Amino acid sequence: MTYIRPTRRGAAVAAVAALMVTGLAACGSDDNSDGANATSGDSGEVTMWSRAPLERQATNAVDAYNANHDTQIKLEILPNDDVEGKVGAAVQTDTLPCLLAGDVVRVPYWTQQGVFADITDKIDSLENLDDLAVGHIEAGTYEGSKYTLPFVQDISVLVWNKDLYQEAGLDPEKGPTNLDEFVDQAEAVAALNKDGVSGSYLSGQSGGALVFTLFPSVWADGEEVMNADGTEALLDSDSAAAVFDAYRELAETTNGLGAGSQEETGATWTAPFAEGNVGVMPYPFTSVSGLFDTADFEIGVSGIPGSTGGSSTFLGGDAIGISSSCQNVDGAWDFLSWLMTDDAQQEVFADNNDTAANLSVLKNGYADADPRTQIANAVIENGRTPASVNFNEAFNAAGSPWQLLIQNAVWGDDDSLTDDNAAITAILGQ
Amino acid sequence: MVRKSPSGTEGQGLRERLAPPRRVPNAVKEHEDVRASRGHQGIVKGPSRSEVLGNRLGWTFVSPTLLIIALLFIAPIVLVFVMAATKWTLMGGQQDVNFPENFHKVFADPLLMDSAWFTLKYTFATTFIIMPIALGLAMLVQESRRWNNIIRTAILLPSALGIASSSLLFYALYSPQVGPLNSILAKLGLMEQNASLLGSPNGALWATVFLVVWRFSGYYMLLTMVGLQAIPPDVYEAAKIDGANRFQSFMNITLPLLKPTLAMTWIMSITGSLLAFDQFYVLTKGGPNNSTVTVVQLIYKYAFETKKDLGMAAALSVIVLVALVVINFFMLKSMGVNDEED
Repeated sequence: MTYIRPTRRGAAVAAVAALMVTGLAACGSDDNSDGANATSGDSGEVTMWSRAPLERQATNAVDAYNANHDTQIKLEILPNDDVEGKVGAAVQTDTLPCLLAGDVVRVPYWTQQGVFADITDKIDSLENLDDLAVGHIEAGTYEGSKYTLPFVQDISVLVWNKDLYQEAGLDPEKGPTNLDEFVDQAEAVAALNKDGVSGSYLSGQSGGALVFTLFPSVWADGEEVMNADGTEALLDSDSAAAVFDAYRELAETTNGLGAGSQEETGATWTAPFAEGNVGVMPYPFTSVSGLFDTADFEIGVSGIPGSTGGSSTFLGGDAIGISSSCQNVDGAWDFLSWLMTDDAQQEVFADNNDTAANLSVLKNGYADADPRTQIANAVIENGRTPASVNFNEAFNAAGSPWQLLIQNAVWGDDDSLTDDNAAITAILGQ
Repeated sequence: MVRKSPSGTEGQGLRERLAPPRRVPNAVKEHEDVRASRGHQGIVKGPSRSEVLGNRLGWTFVSPTLLIIALLFIAPIVLVFVMAATKWTLMGGQQDVNFPENFHKVFADPLLMDSAWFTLKYTFATTFIIMPIALGLAMLVQESRRWNNIIRTAILLPSALGIASSSLLFYALYSPQVGPLNSILAKLGLMEQNASLLGSPNGALWATVFLVVWRFSGYYMLLTMVGLQAIPPDVYEAAKIDGANRFQSFMNITLPLLKPTLAMTWIMSITGSLLAFDQFYVLTKGGPNNSTVTVVQLIYKYAFETKKDLGMAAALSVIVLVALVVINFFMLKSMGVNDEED
């Protein structure tokens, strides 16, 4: 046995050496980050993650801030599908960026899991707190503490192609005010029987796009899609069934729903309308505002109607918070507090025809803006942001029970609504 | 290998360590001296000094590989087993041990049976299409004829492309917006112009199978070709003299002598298909409506998409690991391959 000992000792030495090397490497990286923090305070560099669909707005905000501040925000754009995985991996390895912006429906789960730092005091100290849109703050409120502020507001609106309306003999200035009119007008466009043109369009396999476009019709009737805790789905109500039936009728009409609607995974769901091939459909306002100048057809905008004539919108977009592993909280907060000011909201959002998160800017900041932007802004007060910890799994994930509900209700068996709704509740309530 | 130094002293120490003692008279002498001197002290229980030296040297040579295996293979497997028995969420990190709750949750998921069934279906489809094609191609190009090098290269070329890249390539080909296939198929009257090839469950399955056959046929052709070329030509010659026709020599010489190679390619193909992920992740995302979710995709979904539960993902990984071991064991048995045949 004595002869084996040296070998063991050798292995031990090797192990110690290895530990020392990695230890030194760790010290090295620590030194680096400490160095960065030492120069920070009010200046330095703050990293930030945002996702690809809102790249334009995020870039506008960061460029405007970097132009006249010592602190520089370093923006990294994540592909929409990779957000959950990247954030999860970063939490495990403690490498989250200082500022993290994410889809507002994901924020309740992140907050509950401790991704964000508690900034209740800082948020409460904001002078214009009462003016800020509440949906994005509420989504990031957990056990009485506040974690997030609104970043980019993306609302859903109803858009229609005025050129196609003219051709179909409809009044191009009058969009639908309830679901029956929506179906009638879509059918009129479908009856044109033009190659590639359809009455409406639906993103059949993108749960995220479907909640964004269909929930407002339920809310417009004064109904709810979930209970107050977000633990039970209420999508088998008459009001919800009326929405699904409207799309079912269009799906059964020739050219009623654009080709590929049933298979659309959300990657290209805004393209057919942008190319002038869709009569009328619910649409993200951040996308349509970019079309006002570039599209070679005229566009009408209104709130999304319900079956009884009201209208509503999905207050989506991204909320933003400071991550729990952020070393430069002051630098990050400097950016956030600047972004909440009236001036910043005006410069970053209102001047670019985007939706501000600040009510006073929404009211006063769009005097020179396109009238359609004002129509969209007016819908916001009826808008809603659904909040549930398991929202992503129940609604947004590929193959979610909500996606299957729509597939059945619009294209498949008409009689499984109760079961499909129960399947969503099973996920929400776990 | 050891260079002889003029004095004969320089290389001696090294030689003494490296070479087996018997071949070096000097070392034998020393060796015996040691034994003799020890023998005086009593009965020798432990290994001799040079054996120990040899063992130690051996371990030194093996240790880098051992370290890599321990770090990159054994440690992750142990970690997966620990994870599978632990409540371990994506954001919340490692929490307390909860065995066997993760396994209960996995078995309670209705998607599990669907994905297992789909994975099996996909595995059968790809393997039973690729294997005959690979064998046929290998026989086609095994003899050196004029154009064979070009043909071999052409067939092998898709294998040089990563599976993710080729999936992306086919995603574009299948796209109704930018792909050329839709208009061709529409003109032939096989489908509607604007419908998506990936839109129906069967369409998505066969479109993926087509991609995988294109991507892997050349690779398995190469492996099969190596096996074919290892068969001695005189066996065929003898068969020819005995009057065997081509079919008879294929059935009675090629197939039996190719058995070890075929066993290897079948196992590689089946194992690879059972672990399919990239092509479905890029092409179908498990859709339409969860009809093309493979087991590995389900692991990914548990970890990063739906449950965000690394414990559940690890539990399913363990189940898949066990299933693979069992399937491969029975495959090797049924093909009659044992250790001797290697």
